[in-house]
Amino acid sequence: MTAYQFGQAASVAAGTLDGPPLVAGAGAKGAAAHDEGAAVRTDYTDGVVRQFAIMTVVWGIVGMLVGVIIAAQLLFPALNFDLPFLTYSRLRPLHTNAVIFAFGGSALFATSYYIVQRTCHTPLFLPGLAQFTFWGWQLIILLAAVTLPLGITSGKEYAELEWPIDLAIAVVWVAYAVVFFGTLAIRKVKHIYVANWFFAAYIITIAVLHIVNSAEVPVTLTKSYSAYSGVTDAMVQWWYGHNAVGFFLTAAFLGMMYYFIPKQAGRPIYSYRLSIVHFWSLISIYMWAGPHHLHYTTLPDWVQTLGMVFSLMLLAPSWGGMINGIMTLSGAWHKLRTDPILKFLIVSLSFYGMSTFEGPMMSIKTVNALSHYTDWTIGHVHSGALGWVAMVSVGTMYALVPRLYGQTKMWSTRLIDWHFWTTTIGIVLYVASMWIAGVMQGLMWRATNADGTLTYTFVEALKATYPYYAVRLVGGTLVLAGMFIMAYNVAKTIGQRRGALEGGPAVASA
Amino acid sequence: MSLDTLNLLRGIATLLAMGAFVAVVLWAWSRRRRETFDAAARLPLEEDPGFVGADRQPPARR
Repeated sequence: MTAYQFGQAASVAAGTLDGPPLVAGAGAKGAAAHDEGAAVRTDYTDGVVRQFAIMTVVWGIVGMLVGVIIAAQLLFPALNFDLPFLTYSRLRPLHTNAVIFAFGGSALFATSYYIVQRTCHTPLFLPGLAQFTFWGWQLIILLAAVTLPLGITSGKEYAELEWPIDLAIAVVWVAYAVVFFGTLAIRKVKHIYVANWFFAAYIITIAVLHIVNSAEVPVTLTKSYSAYSGVTDAMVQWWYGHNAVGFFLTAAFLGMMYYFIPKQAGRPIYSYRLSIVHFWSLISIYMWAGPHHLHYTTLPDWVQTLGMVFSLMLLAPSWGGMINGIMTLSGAWHKLRTDPILKFLIVSLSFYGMSTFEGPMMSIKTVNALSHYTDWTIGHVHSGALGWVAMVSVGTMYALVPRLYGQTKMWSTRLIDWHFWTTTIGIVLYVASMWIAGVMQGLMWRATNADGTLTYTFVEALKATYPYYAVRLVGGTLVLAGMFIMAYNVAKTIGQRRGALEGGPAVASA
Repeated sequence: MSLDTLNLLRGIATLLAMGAFVAVVLWAWSRRRRETFDAAARLPLEEDPGFVGADRQPPARR
């Protein structure tokens, strides 16, 4: 009971009370607890959020480090040292799995658990099960880090893990769903805040995608074959693949955005109605965009066109989300000058807007004829993955970590600014070099002489790409350097005495 | 199923999807929902005073 009363006293002091009537004497008890300098009482289930938040930083560094290594290998092929487990082919899936599911996944677990409690006014449903999702998810990541370099793979992009790990993912994901939806079910407020709608859509859809796409026939413990064959297999794979982008890398991170931008800006979201309309449009349209990964293949032509048209339509709901987030700052633009956390969040939305314009454009068949199989695709993916997903996650972690450790701001605001600029410059170098390289490759591959023969051999296009691979390596290294700055700042913040870091621009109106 | 029937069904499905979109827009912008949504939009800014989380410190140690 004391914790409850203590909480009321704290909020009376903060002047934010709109809750249940005060128990007489609660204020005095609260003050007493305060005077004792008592250990912090936490009714919200924040332990699991802290664990996932720290692992977000750890896996961010690991995943991006592997990315930098394989970028260097493209420039200096000798860097695989002729060791099978260091070859590009084995490290590349390790990189994608680590950044998407380990880094991005940990950030999503942390923020969804944090947000659902705060906006439902209740602790997590079954906190023990939430702990299970943490340890289960970490175990899966470790298994991936071992099996992928060993060459154990089912060969499906972004779904490479073999069947025993697939089963483990399904179990952990169902536990995640139970915790999340259970928490929604025991909520103390009437309305389900829009961020939770995005998280709910992501949790349900990822479960469906994973289970359907991972349907496979085990042969041995480490080898299985897909349950589907031929073009059906390809279509199921890219239905999975593009919706992993749509629901894991988009909808879920929009949920993060819908809580932390209002929180950091200290004002409600620009248009709650727009958030509802763009939510339902986004989730119903994304589901059909997958075929654009299979243009000019044996997939029936009408399916390709359908994928293209739905991808074009996606521009509207995507920009609905971007506009809603950015406009939340209208009237408070000056905060961007002093608050690097808001800079991270707003620039992430700008990259989101750019990527979701570029994506529909690249899905147009004639554009895709030029862009497909080139480094333009890599540039597009990283403008989304680094510009949108990583930046919104990093900004959110800078807002979240102090709150989780009883501080009002990070140890160093200046280092956040440093991280912001290294990351921004790194991403621009990365994306611009891959755009140029990609368009150049596309043009060289399709160039023909008057007699119909190819103007360039493949290796000539590869040779022309070398300088851009070098620029990409520099860009990626800058992004990785930013993550080290973050790790240092986070470690320093956690190491401080509770409440030691106060004031400064990073304080949001709690 | 003949192609004509199939095309008819496609047309109906398109109209239903459009109708659903218009319905969501009308629902979201209806005057009746206004207060609910305004209250919902404030949720991230006003947390339940009954709870102490790690980020709800007492104004501490002045």
